[in-house]
Amino acid sequence: MAKIIVVTSGKGGVGKTTTSASIGTGLAKRGHKTVIIDFDVGLRNLDLIMGCERRVVYDFVNVINGESSLTQTLIKDKRIPELFILPASQTRDKDALTKEGVEKILNELKERFEYIICDSPAGIERGAQMALYFADMAIVVTNPEVSSVRDSDRILGILQSKSRRAENGESPVEEKLLVTRYNPERVIDGEMLSVEDVTDILAIPLLGVIPESEAVLKASNQGSPVILDEESLSGQAYGDAVARLLGEEVEHRFLEVQKKGFFKRLMGGA
Amino acid sequence: MSIFSYFRTQKKTTSASVAKERLQIIVAHERNKRTQPDYIEKMQREILEVIRKYVAIDDDQVSVNLDNNDECSILELNVTLPE
Repeated sequence: MAKIIVVTSGKGGVGKTTTSASIGTGLAKRGHKTVIIDFDVGLRNLDLIMGCERRVVYDFVNVINGESSLTQTLIKDKRIPELFILPASQTRDKDALTKEGVEKILNELKERFEYIICDSPAGIERGAQMALYFADMAIVVTNPEVSSVRDSDRILGILQSKSRRAENGESPVEEKLLVTRYNPERVIDGEMLSVEDVTDILAIPLLGVIPESEAVLKASNQGSPVILDEESLSGQAYGDAVARLLGEEVEHRFLEVQKKGFFKRLMGGA
Repeated sequence: MSIFSYFRTQKKTTSASVAKERLQIIVAHERNKRTQPDYIEKMQREILEVIRKYVAIDDDQVSVNLDNNDECSILELNVTLPE
């Protein structure tokens, strides 16, 4: 049975699309047939992060309206055989996604894929609610920063009251926390909330911690999900998160300051 | 951290601990609001209007709480009247 995973956060700019791209790519790389859907109607961006922006012909709304078939619309990744992308529509009609339409397409995708990753738009409006409505699991992306943590808590409230599982009284949406843009050095200096602080407040299981890294911008510049940059700490951290998602026990890395040479530390080098 | 930071006195409250405290308070407050029925907020406003007809009070001098126990719900209304 296919699993629907929404990547959500409430707040914008915390790394939802980066996470959707990397988690989806990671699952596919491990041989699981995966599709990543961009739910951000009007602000399509997943295609850029995945590096397939010039191959978009049809989009999510076209399939819902029956203007194109799924096979015509899905973009097959050129790097990973089991990976597909369903791009968002650039229409300005914010009512383009209907619950019935989304459900119909998700049901068709369930037949073909093991994992369906829904990249949610920011906010708590219709688009975000549509992205999370059918989810079995939610990855809540949070920066160690006050507004992001508060917004994540609001999204958790919506998952617990407005998702299909909540409305039908089924077992609740499984919630997982992913802390991104983490900087252990600033945590030690007392300038940044620690992972423990964030998990204390949000009280949901931790899927992973992605350290702040230059590799993320570099990856988006090149249209290649950061998880494919195996040299980078962020890439490795996403790899760990995917392993945990698949039920493996992996210890959390990158929570401590990376060891530096004595001289560098003496001079206060970054 | 540079060599100079070893001489700096350790600050008692870091900005991160301030952040955590503020978050714990606001998140608890907002969760409380989520679990109570929608009418509570409207009722609180209306009660406030009624009291204001007679006494001048601020918004934060009225608190309405709904506690759900197994068998009954208790509606608690707290009004602080000025001296």
